[in-house]
Amino acid sequence: MSGASVKDPATPAVGRAVTTPASRMAALARAELTLLGRSRSTIIAAVFLPLVLPVSLASVVEDMDVQDVGLSVGLVLLPAAIGFSLLFGVYSALAAIYTARREELVLKRLRTGELRDPEILGGAALPVVATGLVQSLVLVAGCTVLLDVPAPKAPHLAVLGVLLGLVMCAALAAVTAAVTRTVESAQVTTMPMVLVSMTGSGVTVPLELLPDRLASVCELLPLSPVITLIRGGWTGGLSAYEALGALATALAWTLLAVFAVRRWFRWEPRR
Amino acid sequence: MDTNEHVIEVTDLRRVYGGGFEAVRGISFHVDRGEIFALLGTNGAGKTSTVELLEGLARPDGGRIRVLGHDPYAERAAVRPRTGVMLQEGGFPSELTVAETARMWAGCVSRARPIGEALALVGLAARADVRVKQLSGGERRRLDLALAVLGEPEVLFLDEPTTGLDAEGRRDTWDLVRALRDAGTTVLLTTHYLEEAENLADRLAILHKGRIAAAGTPAEVTGAQPSRITFELPEGYFVGDLPPLGELGVCGHEVDGRVVRLRTRELQRAATGLLVWAERAQVALRRLDVRSASLEEAFLGIAREASRNDETEEVAA
Repeated sequence: MSGASVKDPATPAVGRAVTTPASRMAALARAELTLLGRSRSTIIAAVFLPLVLPVSLASVVEDMDVQDVGLSVGLVLLPAAIGFSLLFGVYSALAAIYTARREELVLKRLRTGELRDPEILGGAALPVVATGLVQSLVLVAGCTVLLDVPAPKAPHLAVLGVLLGLVMCAALAAVTAAVTRTVESAQVTTMPMVLVSMTGSGVTVPLELLPDRLASVCELLPLSPVITLIRGGWTGGLSAYEALGALATALAWTLLAVFAVRRWFRWEPRR
Repeated sequence: MDTNEHVIEVTDLRRVYGGGFEAVRGISFHVDRGEIFALLGTNGAGKTSTVELLEGLARPDGGRIRVLGHDPYAERAAVRPRTGVMLQEGGFPSELTVAETARMWAGCVSRARPIGEALALVGLAARADVRVKQLSGGERRRLDLALAVLGEPEVLFLDEPTTGLDAEGRRDTWDLVRALRDAGTTVLLTTHYLEEAENLADRLAILHKGRIAAAGTPAEVTGAQPSRITFELPEGYFVGDLPPLGELGVCGHEVDGRVVRLRTRELQRAATGLLVWAERAQVALRRLDVRSASLEEAFLGIAREASRNDETEEVAA
């Protein structure tokens, strides 16, 4: 152990930077981005799957009677594609990442330093959340060009929907990681949310096509308000009351998830 | 800066786990600035449970901790930038390289040294571009140490810093820890290597089942234990033929076949008495072994005594 001195460091400590929450999260996010680039399975599941799935779904949607409720194939597929991106690219991927970092004792080590708990979870989430955001933009561009989706009539609702969806999915991923023991079992523990959202949140089947009573229950599922806001952003068909209701539901789920994380998140493996 | 302040102060500390298991049962000690303090104990003695509380990873279930004058759990913002921590086990993403890992940590530590300098301190500079998963166990321990000293902390917590290191790596780590101490760093380490505590620690405490069984400088802890004289009784002699043991300052003895073991707190007097007797009787004491207590004997003695007390307690209860 030679070549460097304990007493006389090359640079004096006084001149060096003090960290801030933003700089610490950036350092963590950079490392997570490197790791994301090195995990082939995460890239396939998180990046390609959401882009490929809507294409395979197109023929199914064409057989639905979506025109009867005033929707076009593009207006069903675009929110569905963004929903897939949120579910696979953000939610499932992040639940596995949180679980992996806990099992590797990375979370425990990070907690010994200056990082605070929300910074650790936030910094680790940044790369996948950014990926999800970019995917949504790519999907919007793709659907606009390929499926003749018109310009959104209420873009602010669509933007709010996507942003709330990203934050909510990240928070729900942390909740799921709390009940997940290993990276492998994350494939199972993320299933309920993925399946429920795909069937009941208007991702594959628009809520407008469901019986009224069932639809009104499904509206309360976590991803439903996100899809509603995105679709409404394009059709412009949401009343202020409906839009506020969707926002309130999405916010409620997000706050609930944050509360659950603060209360039940596990930072160390069960031994 | 006050040089004599207690950098770490622990008073009646308790930690109880979910299942009701009491890992730490009311311990008190203090560590002064620039001191190396070792917590010694067998597995399950409560070393890691104690250190985690000092690091501020969990809230104690009883008692009080002050690190640099602050509660490490409640006032973490005041404490964390001034402490460095080496956990008992890694905690690095296996797919990052050594340099990437250090860069990440440097971004989370105020006033971090340049990472090249930190890696050079632990002799890992040449391994900077190797993935963590390809490092040996010893190299991972050294990476952990490099990260712990990255921010030039005033207080360094090292949980079993040399476990998994070879003899040379262990010496290197000891040299580095001493150099840090000489530069003013306060070091609290845990170890189950008695040799490590004896070599490195200015003061130590032996933990047994969540309590401090003995504390002091290595010399004090060792000195509290009796020294030992072992020899084989000459042919035709019995223990009764020896001079009265009490007069020799012997406080206990065992006979095992022809081998006699004497325990004494006055080693010179006992040894002289025995040798003078042998000289006069013109007999040879085969397999003669005279030794002061080592930390190992002290440790085993304390563990034995503590378990005896536990049994008595259980019987009484």
